Amino acid sequence: MTRKKQRDEKLAANLTELTRKQGQWREVLMRLVRNKVGMFGAILCIALVILCIGAPLFTKWDPYEQAVINKFIYPGREHIFGTDDFGRDLWARLIYGGRYSLLIAFGATCFSTCMGVLLGSIAGYFGGRTDLLITRFLDILQAIPSLLLAIAISSALGSGPFNTMLAISMGGIAGGARMMRSVVMSIRGNEYIEAAKATGSSNARTIATHVLPNTIAPLIINASLSIGGNIMSISGLSFIGLGVQAPTPEWGSILAVGKTYIRDFWPLVVFPSMFIAITIFGFNLFGDALRDALDPKLKD
Amino acid sequence: MGELIRVEHLKKYFNTPGGKLHAVDDVSFVINEGDTLGVVGESGCGKSTLGRTVLKLIEPTDGKIFYKGRDITDITEKENKQLRKKMQIIFQDPYSSLNPRKTVSELIADPLKAFHMLDKAGRAQKVAQLMDVVGLSQRFANSYPHELDGGRRQRIGVARALSLDPEFIVCDEPVSALDVSIQAQILNLLQDLQRDRGLTYIFVTHDLSVVRHISTDILVMYIGAMVEKCGAKDLFKAPLHPYTKGLLSAIPVPNIDHVREKVKLQGELTSPIEPKDECRFIARCPYATEACKQHMPEFQEVAPNHFVACHNVKTINNM
Repeated sequence: MTRKKQRDEKLAANLTELTRKQGQWREVLMRLVRNKVGMFGAILCIALVILCIGAPLFTKWDPYEQAVINKFIYPGREHIFGTDDFGRDLWARLIYGGRYSLLIAFGATCFSTCMGVLLGSIAGYFGGRTDLLITRFLDILQAIPSLLLAIAISSALGSGPFNTMLAISMGGIAGGARMMRSVVMSIRGNEYIEAAKATGSSNARTIATHVLPNTIAPLIINASLSIGGNIMSISGLSFIGLGVQAPTPEWGSILAVGKTYIRDFWPLVVFPSMFIAITIFGFNLFGDALRDALDPKLKD
Repeated sequence: MGELIRVEHLKKYFNTPGGKLHAVDDVSFVINEGDTLGVVGESGCGKSTLGRTVLKLIEPTDGKIFYKGRDITDITEKENKQLRKKMQIIFQDPYSSLNPRKTVSELIADPLKAFHMLDKAGRAQKVAQLMDVVGLSQRFANSYPHELDGGRRQRIGVARALSLDPEFIVCDEPVSALDVSIQAQILNLLQDLQRDRGLTYIFVTHDLSVVRHISTDILVMYIGAMVEKCGAKDLFKAPLHPYTKGLLSAIPVPNIDHVREKVKLQGELTSPIEPKDECRFIARCPYATEACKQHMPEFQEVAPNHFVACHNVKTINNM
């Protein structure tokens, strides 16, 4: 046992020596891998993604095939998660549906985060009139309830996965941009920003190399939290018929249907909720680990 | 040695809800190559703003700044960027002036990267050389600033300022955040660098004893305006302005038998927002007369290279 421990320590020492030489990204990766809780989160996420991408490999059932005589079968040998109100296999619908849920939620998060970073960092860094203009625009965006905004956008653009993604991301822009703005403003007060200017760094370069890297921690937390929220929003939109359309399997819409039968048939509520919960849980754990790994102050 | 920096009637006013804040009000001086101008005053007297305005990091409200005889008051953005290679700044706080996400070598190489100077190997070589010059061991090259103490951090700040090989450096209270023992090290380093590289400094501080040995001339400021300016030795030997007298008698002397005339400064700083046309020191001056209320005293030469802004300088000092 002690020998194994010694070997491990030696290996770790070698690795640290190696990472010192091989640059910071390697180091970040090593710190990430060493974080057990974070890796658990990452494994959850990866497992879900594999399950969804390789859906046909993990079930023999077609998620669209209806067999009304088989409806509301409880979990068993044939249908491991049971069947829904049209007799479709729930497990198949959930793993196929994850393709839409994850893709839309992830896409919407990326889009709204990017827009938020752009608007927020410009507003926070330059201040003054630019800040005023952007903040007022965000006020307008935020004055409309996000679900209402999403409804308006999806009904204007029509339903479908891509439009749903766009509609949902709009609601996230204002919050992300505001958070980004406040973070950037606090960073701008540091003397190293003035030092960058004093050493001839242009505004764009200062933002890219001195401001943005210091905003990563709150940014990642914000993004990993909003993935969960976005999955819920998709289900909201799907519920009123504007998100992903009826036969297409999607976690939110399955859950919305399940809600009708909550007293009589539990699997239709429990399993979609479980998938959503695991996704949010996994992304949050992974997000936390990523934030810690990217912070040089928390090294070792 | 020729003149390097000439500042004429420099003014910097900030707009505040209460009116114009006179941070720097009609300041003029000349610094010759290789000299150090110590700028002394209490917090909020505009000494840091003065340093940044001379560097053109802040646009002046009025007045002129000359660098080697060339007017740099109204230059383009592009010219301003080129000016960064000549003029640098060392900051007060070695904690907030270093980006916490960059290693020591990245911090020192950053100015070179901003100007696309040298290739990667050249930069590494330059960084190693600079670390050597400022007395930082090479083993810290991959450390982050939070792993180092205040003195080492300030050495990084010095190395960064030197990386573009400037001729003129504004030291904005570079030692006031450090322990006394480390203060001396950094001051010695700055003096060595000045000697070896022929640097010219503006040394901003609130601590008179710090500038005593490093300065050629000392400029005392009070609420944005010049109060007294003369050679460093003269200032400590024979201060003429009541404010300077007060500052000097506040320096503790490590001798219990030392008896001296104390000039105590009573009261608070008056507001720098829209100051009246009277002597700015009037509220705290033990020698204030009717004349002081009439208008602001002129900054005049009362002895060779000794300028004072006081109506009663002659009567106070029996001249």
